[in-house]
Amino acid sequence: MTTRRAAYEARQRRRANLLAGGSTAVVLALLLLLVPRAPGWQAVRASFFNGEVFARTFPDLLSAFLVNIAIFAWSVPFIAALGLAIALARGARAPVLFPLRVFGAIYVDLFRGIPVVLLVYLVGFGIPGLGLPRPWNSPYIWGTVALVLTYSAYVAEVLRSGIESIHASQRNAAICLGLSERDTMRYVILPQAIRRVVPANMNMLVALQKDVALLSFIGPVEILRQAGIFKSLLANFTPYVVAAVIFLCVTVPATRYADYLMNRDRNART
Amino acid sequence: MPEPRLALRGVTKSFGDTAVLHGIDLSVGLGEMVCLIGASGSGKSTLLRCMNGLEPVDNGEVRLDGVDIAEPGFDLGPIRQRIGIVFQSFNLFPHMTAFDNVCLAPRRVLRTDETALRTGVQALFERFGLGGHMGKYPDQLSGGQQQRVAVIRALAMRPQTMLFDEITSALDPELVGEVLDVLRSLRDDGMTMVLATHEMGFARELADRICFMDKGVIAEEGPPETIFTAPGNARTKQFLASILR
Repeated sequence: MTTRRAAYEARQRRRANLLAGGSTAVVLALLLLLVPRAPGWQAVRASFFNGEVFARTFPDLLSAFLVNIAIFAWSVPFIAALGLAIALARGARAPVLFPLRVFGAIYVDLFRGIPVVLLVYLVGFGIPGLGLPRPWNSPYIWGTVALVLTYSAYVAEVLRSGIESIHASQRNAAICLGLSERDTMRYVILPQAIRRVVPANMNMLVALQKDVALLSFIGPVEILRQAGIFKSLLANFTPYVVAAVIFLCVTVPATRYADYLMNRDRNART
Repeated sequence: MPEPRLALRGVTKSFGDTAVLHGIDLSVGLGEMVCLIGASGSGKSTLLRCMNGLEPVDNGEVRLDGVDIAEPGFDLGPIRQRIGIVFQSFNLFPHMTAFDNVCLAPRRVLRTDETALRTGVQALFERFGLGGHMGKYPDQLSGGQQQRVAVIRALAMRPQTMLFDEITSALDPELVGEVLDVLRSLRDDGMTMVLATHEMGFARELADRICFMDKGVIAEEGPPETIFTAPGNARTKQFLASILR
């Protein structure tokens, strides 16, 4: 049986859906009508949305994207390890470890303060410039190093905020059981802190996946560089659109998943 | 006269400018059960936390089996194995099962042999009626069950003295009984215990001695019968009148 309240809410919902559908249709219609009327539309369509170029460059760009994925994949473990080490260094309380704390603070300030692209240039061109022998002058190595430096600084801050968010009573309980500071961190604090910052770190991963494209500036033929090559070859910008589409296919599901995790986390805590 | 298990002398403690304990003298004998009663803010919790060194005291002595553990710089690590504490808010580790919560410290600190540990811990869970809940996580247990796990966790370190900081205050009324039963059973074992509590009936039934705390001092202490029927201190009378209405 439908209650009076349920019937009312169903009416309200129908009304809201109608309005939302109507306004969306109007906006879409305006876009479809107005954009093609722009004076440069024919030229833009030919150079950015060329179906033929799209089909022809898609397979090569997709395989170039595998380079992005490879750089991404081997960067992540280094970022995780270094980020954790820096986070722990910044939390070190023993007087002997004071230099470590200072180092951690400087590291984070420095590498969060420099634009990634600048660091890619500085490390990617500067260090091989020292005259390193092959294969140690590879831009793959030094580009990766630049990404690892930047992202481990961010991840360290995320982890540190996670560690600080664990209530002091957890630490007290562990200490009162006789656990050492070290065991308390390892078995009680860190496992909870890392779980708590999974969503924030997911967003880091999405950003990293996009920033791998910055390595195109120092040599590796990944998707952005490959698109640039096609652009010059075919005198057409469609390859960039292809690259954007390929990126979106990875980043949209990943961000949605991060949002899902974050919402679940928030709901669990209230 | 034998050395008391726990002896406090002239213990003072301040947080910043707020003095919380003004010179506490208290001794707890072997196998004795002492209940601290008093209004919130009277210093019961702080006193308990000073007894195991969780809060460093400003002045005075805290002697555990004759050793002054309040001496600045004293290594409290080994002491913590001999004196267990259970908190009002359980403080179980939420990312571990009840069983792992209990096993963590014996594994890492005592390095107990795994087979012996499992048998011993299982026996503790069964003794306190939680045999079927060992694999559950804290958020799958009721408050009373969580608090019993917290007691088991402290007991697994084989302490000789136990401190309980209002361990039933965060529980729904119908769950208080099962936790008090645990204390009763420890009492029967002859465990030395100090409790901060608002459970007056329980304190009266089981305590060897009641200490009434008021504004950071032990205003009155004595056997339960005396304290509850013929308190000598006006503030004790007032407190009991307000709580036993």
